[in-house]
Amino acid sequence: LLRSSQPLTGPNRRRCCEDEQLLGTILDEGERGFIIDTRSAQAAKQARMGGGGTEPKSCYPQWRRLHRALDRGRSLQESFIRLVEACGDSSLSMERWLGRLDSSRWLSHVKAALSTACLAAQCLDREGSNVLVHGAEGTDTTLLVTALAQLILEPSCRTLQGFQGLLEREWIQAGHPFQLRCARSASSHARGKQEAPLFLLFLDCVWQLSRQFPFSLEFGEQLLLTLFDNAYASAYGTFLCNNERERSLCKVKESTHSLWAWLNQPEEKHKYLNPLYSHNPLVIWPSVEPQSIQLWQGLFLRWIRPSQHLDEAWVEIQRLVKGK
Amino acid sequence: VENVRLLDRLSSRRAVVGTLYLTATHVIFVENGSETRKETWVLHSQISSIEKQATTATGCPLLIRCKNFQVIQLVIPQERDCHDVYISLIRLARPVKYEELYCFSFNPKLDKEEREQGWHLVDLNEEYNRMGVPNNYWQISDVNRDYRVCDSYPTEVYVPKSATAHIIVGSSKFRSRRRFPALSYYSKGNNASICRSSQPLSGFSARCLEDEQMLQAIRKANPGSDFIYVVDTRPKLNAMANRAAGKGYENEDNYSNIKFQFIGIENIHVMRNSLQKMLEVCELKSPSMSDFLWGLENSGWLKHIKAIMDAGIFIAKAVAEEGVSVLVHCSDGWDRTAQVCSVASLLLDPYYRTMKGFMVLIEKDWVSFGHKFNHRYGNLDGDPKEISPVIDQFIECVWQLMEQFPCAFEFNERFLIHIQHHIYSCQFGNFLCNSQKERRELKIRERTYSLWAHLWKNRADYLNPLYRSDRSQTQGTLHPQIAPCNFLYKFWSGMYNRFEKGLHPRQSVTDYLMAVKEETQQLEEELEVLQERLASLQKSQSSDNKVKSKQQDRSKQFGLYTSNNSLANTPQEYSNDLKSFPSRSPSQGDEDSALILTQDNLKSSDPDLSANSDQESGVEDLSCRSPSGGGCLPSEDSGKDSDEAVFLAG
Repeated sequence: LLRSSQPLTGPNRRRCCEDEQLLGTILDEGERGFIIDTRSAQAAKQARMGGGGTEPKSCYPQWRRLHRALDRGRSLQESFIRLVEACGDSSLSMERWLGRLDSSRWLSHVKAALSTACLAAQCLDREGSNVLVHGAEGTDTTLLVTALAQLILEPSCRTLQGFQGLLEREWIQAGHPFQLRCARSASSHARGKQEAPLFLLFLDCVWQLSRQFPFSLEFGEQLLLTLFDNAYASAYGTFLCNNERERSLCKVKESTHSLWAWLNQPEEKHKYLNPLYSHNPLVIWPSVEPQSIQLWQGLFLRWIRPSQHLDEAWVEIQRLVKGK
Repeated sequence: VENVRLLDRLSSRRAVVGTLYLTATHVIFVENGSETRKETWVLHSQISSIEKQATTATGCPLLIRCKNFQVIQLVIPQERDCHDVYISLIRLARPVKYEELYCFSFNPKLDKEEREQGWHLVDLNEEYNRMGVPNNYWQISDVNRDYRVCDSYPTEVYVPKSATAHIIVGSSKFRSRRRFPALSYYSKGNNASICRSSQPLSGFSARCLEDEQMLQAIRKANPGSDFIYVVDTRPKLNAMANRAAGKGYENEDNYSNIKFQFIGIENIHVMRNSLQKMLEVCELKSPSMSDFLWGLENSGWLKHIKAIMDAGIFIAKAVAEEGVSVLVHCSDGWDRTAQVCSVASLLLDPYYRTMKGFMVLIEKDWVSFGHKFNHRYGNLDGDPKEISPVIDQFIECVWQLMEQFPCAFEFNERFLIHIQHHIYSCQFGNFLCNSQKERRELKIRERTYSLWAHLWKNRADYLNPLYRSDRSQTQGTLHPQIAPCNFLYKFWSGMYNRFEKGLHPRQSVTDYLMAVKEETQQLEEELEVLQERLASLQKSQSSDNKVKSKQQDRSKQFGLYTSNNSLANTPQEYSNDLKSFPSRSPSQGDEDSALILTQDNLKSSDPDLSANSDQESGVEDLSCRSPSGGGCLPSEDSGKDSDEAVFLAG
């Protein structure tokens, strides 16, 4: 599984033999690879006008390009805001709730993200092919897809340690611009141009996986909520800045504490573990039918719904399992 | 019929070829596999509709829709055969006489005593006594002993002490279908009660002294309050329209000390259409999130569920918090009234949240009070306009509550699904006919078996591992949030997509926790035994060995749960555009291996799969028969409970 940003083909269909060579070395003679472009075919074509573009078939003959349009940026942020507003709207009658939920399109984004990640995973696992994923910048939907695909495919990413490693690799070090994306969240009126909840979308997809495979992730919802919180506002330096270069310039490692270090302390760790966890060595294929994708109440209704009875149930589950 | 294809809704690539059989009671599809001969059984009673679709190159499609929401898509090679099957199924699925129903031929090989005992498992007299009646305020009345006052009511009803026979008879004449106000639930702690009836025949101005006295009597039976609520569960407009037909609702001016309230639950026709629309959404091929959410909203289904729940909450509050008695009615007092009274009782009394209590609740508010099971669920061929998912809605309300209060119910989701299944299956006699009177005339108790006994026997499968009677949720009244709470109502895919295995988590948390609970209990007991033994000084080697071998058996039993974890599941079609993504079909072995339930597997995780299990769709006991084109028919009692197949795999 590889990731990159878009090739700078441009309006004049530039070529780059080094890039072609690089992609060529990945595939064996006669082998075929897939490129999953997270933009629609049209958007990718239009990107050429701005200097970007796609890999032309003639130059990359062994690679087969698939387009799976995933929303990012402005429209994803709008979707998030609309969902939060719908959840908080107490005047909403039952008759209109589902319509509002749908017009936010948030669950459609979850479905699309999971489907694309599954597609990538299928290419790898079922076809035995190499896959290159990119969107435009390679810092948003690209990372969403590659991180989710690894969770689906790789049991070691589903342990607490492995998941932290996945986050470090595929989000933090890969250069997802946290500082730009997670500045204001949904309720702020100062709508930054670069604000977009890609990381939250990722966490939501992980939550969907945990619901469909309750035994297969070593961590629970509490971890996901904590990560969400810390991406936006944190006492730790882990999610600071936009990339490794900035972190290095700001001397983040020298002047702040790591979230992982804190989470992994024995007295903290147990809060984040899933008591039902049992190592599952196989690939987990989620269902992306609409009935299988649910609203992440624990996050979106966190302060709205009464949690007392659900907390009691959770305590009971832990008690039962610990008793064993 | 041979070479029939059974299609999978989610993946057209997963069609299987097999042979279709029609028996007197079932439709059976047997796969042609060499090893696995998976069988799908469907009772004729479960068939809701059959659709013959346009013949294509591959054959003649036949769509069977079931009342338990299973949808079976067959493709029959010859049009002639398809037509024959279609005509036969139409006749088989529309029985004319009760004797045609499965319950009259179903034989779980129990003796007469056991059958009788099964029917006595739920005793309503015991239940009323448990509630605390008869007492100073309430008495049992046998005025209806020959069903001469009201033929849809039971022979024994509870009425206020001051309600004489004269008052009861007079009131019954002023009520639609003569369904006079009678006790549904009595709250010992504060004497408040829930009574139920049908609408008064008040028209625009008619009055009835006895009916007014009846309501007064109900009020007097609760000295703690000087008024009662009268709750009409219909929308105001409908109730008003009824007045033109000489019926209507209680005028506060005529009845002293009542506070009248409309709740606004729609009628059976609206509900029938609502379900229909929701099922259409479920049948969409590769729906988008929007298709689904809009379809669901458009059906209005969850809105109706919430309306029923809100009504129950209102009544429970009136009884528990205000200590005020409530009289509930709709039009005829056998649909919405039953729903609302049973939801309220469930909220008020933790007993109804136990397995036994729930059975009692259904017996009381649905069976004994004359809910028209035959008309509503089509035991026999009848007027399609009478069909409506009334009890389905109640059962869903219970599920919604279970989701909000996971520790509050002694039983689990599977219990609800099996009950719904058997309301339609007619395998047991509990839900036949329209009234107690009809059931007694048919001698149901002597000729059929009770579902309650069957469920009770298998109760280990229906337990909720999180239930503990000392939790806050299990004591006293449940208080569901009223607002904001739209989001708390979820789509019940466990019921409406029950047979689509790809949709559900493959590992059941409930089953796992139950196994853990049992194992822990056994280990604790064993620990005690060992500690005693240690205390009394070691004896011979042999006793230690016995203990060891027991332990090994148990770990084999629970081995099923850990190995379940590593069952691969297969990806669905993630790519809508088949052309651009040519992918190999997933190896057949993966998913199907989960569904091949051998005798051993079944034994270890499903405790009692003996004689009287139903033989619905799902995996059959493969070792005991080999159907061959019209040859030997399987005997009723050798089947496995097929619902287990679905849940074990899912």
